[in-house]
Amino acid sequence: MKAPDFAYARPASLDEALALLAAHGGDAVPLAGGQSLITTLNMRLAAPALLVDLNAIPGLAGISEADGVVRIGAMTRHRDVGTDPLVRERLPLLAAALPHIAHPAIRNRGTIGGSVALADPATEWPACCLAGEATIVVRGPQAERRIAAENFFLGLYTTALEPGEIVTAVEFPVPGPDAVWGFEELSRRHGDYALAGLAATARRGAGGLTGVRLAFFGLADRPVLARAAAAAIEAGDVKGAQGALSGELDPPEDPALRPATRLHLARVILGRVAGRMLDKPAQDGVPHAV
Amino acid sequence: MPSDAPDRDTAVAREHAVSFTLNGERVRCQVPARTHLGDLLRGTFGLTGVHLGCEHGVCGACTVLVDGRAVRACLMLGVQAEGATIETVEGLSESGRIRDLQDAFHARNALQCGYCTPGMLVTAAELLAECAGEIPSREAIRAAISGNYCRCTGYHAIVDAIATTAEARAARETAE
Ligand SMILES: Cc1cc2nc3c(=O)[nH]c(=O)nc-3n(C[C@H](O)[C@H](O)[C@H](O)COP(=O)(O)OP(=O)(O)OC[C@H]3O[C@@H](n4cnc5c(N)ncnc54)[C@H](O)[C@@H]3O)c2cc1C
Ligand code: FES
Ligand code: FES
Repeated sequence: MKAPDFAYARPASLDEALALLAAHGGDAVPLAGGQSLITTLNMRLAAPALLVDLNAIPGLAGISEADGVVRIGAMTRHRDVGTDPLVRERLPLLAAALPHIAHPAIRNRGTIGGSVALADPATEWPACCLAGEATIVVRGPQAERRIAAENFFLGLYTTALEPGEIVTAVEFPVPGPDAVWGFEELSRRHGDYALAGLAATARRGAGGLTGVRLAFFGLADRPVLARAAAAAIEAGDVKGAQGALSGELDPPEDPALRPATRLHLARVILGRVAGRMLDKPAQDGVPHAV
Repeated sequence: MPSDAPDRDTAVAREHAVSFTLNGERVRCQVPARTHLGDLLRGTFGLTGVHLGCEHGVCGACTVLVDGRAVRACLMLGVQAEGATIETVEGLSESGRIRDLQDAFHARNALQCGYCTPGMLVTAAELLAECAGEIPSREAIRAAISGNYCRCTGYHAIVDAIATTAEARAARETAE
């Protein structure tokens, strides 16, 4: 189908973009990679009056490291996030997640800021943000806000973002030398949205794993940190962790897949990821090549 | 077509002037904001090799190269072409850059109705350019074309054609 009629502007600065959003209230929306927004326009599921294109704003894309933090600009394309040498070295979890996000042509254009702002519960970057203790950096007309990922994803396509605010960056603390991670995703076909997915981080010492963070996606109306399961993994009890998941996840009703089946898949991927984080070197966990 | 349109158009409008490089030529036109790049390329420039299947990013038939990268023409607005370098299957064909790939598609019977073919060729062109002489595994080829639907061939012949081209290019590179 064809998109409804709308106006378009391509501001050359963040301030100009914020001013446009403020002036047009709820009728204006930011346009990032367009890989979700333009689909909803073409399907006429949305009818904004104005698209404010973020693509020409200098400084919104790019990856840098300072003071123990890797900063990923909101307009950094999925592909550039996952293939960046700094990300591959410091945040291998993100590099492992990349091949699971859609297909090459969509990864070439979609952005990390767009994924985070959209908050589709079955997607990879929001879960990586939770597992990696990321901070979402947001600019509004008045001020900048820094929101911990745990307080950012509030529900189905719902975030802490206020109308008129723009995500400017996602910041990840650099994991320490004892960090381990794991990533698993099950989907029907390569590049499909997840049926069940898990992004996990932890620290490994002589006594086992500590600081375990298990961020499940595709298993509730938002990405979920499974805390009871994480505590069980820290105690070395993988079976107990798998058992705890029924109390922590809330798989969606889906005619193609029963909630109980999804929960089963969550236990399966937890078993894989936990086994790997407990036994194997930190670099293990890449399911298959890009 | 106003020739005095500003180079950087930041105005709020339902229609904009755009200028970009299309298959090696500098072009300029007016385009409504709501027109996606696929319709602009087909309607204004007659490049009907840009096939439209689903218009929501799923089928891959509309794939073109934007600044050297494969992009869904149905998920980019025509106005966003401003300043970009865009190549369609027509441009890739005329330049001879994918002649070997096209010959391999022909030889392997990697097309039947041909609807998916432009998108497959553009997607494969990006993969082959990225491999730069390395031979991608069949699994990597399948992952690369996972966003391109073919309802006719069953994919095996397409994977064969891309693999054959990659091998031939790698062999040529070693010989040189
Ligand atoms: C066929 C297909 C398969 C896909 N599969 C997957 C998948 O498996 N995993 C996955 O993660 N994604 C998938 N996607 C979605 C894709 O990754 C999108 O790129 C992503 O969800 C949104 O990013 P975007 O930059 O394209 O944002 P857009 O589509 O431009 O915007 C999405 C929403 O976020 C808002 N927004 C965007 N940027 C900002 C910002 N900086 N500040 C505030 N608001 C903003 C927009 O106003 C809009 O409401 C798929 C898409 C398609 C078409
Ligand atoms: S028409 Fe663009 S992906 Fe199907
Ligand atoms: S040849 Fe008919 S869709 Fe691929």
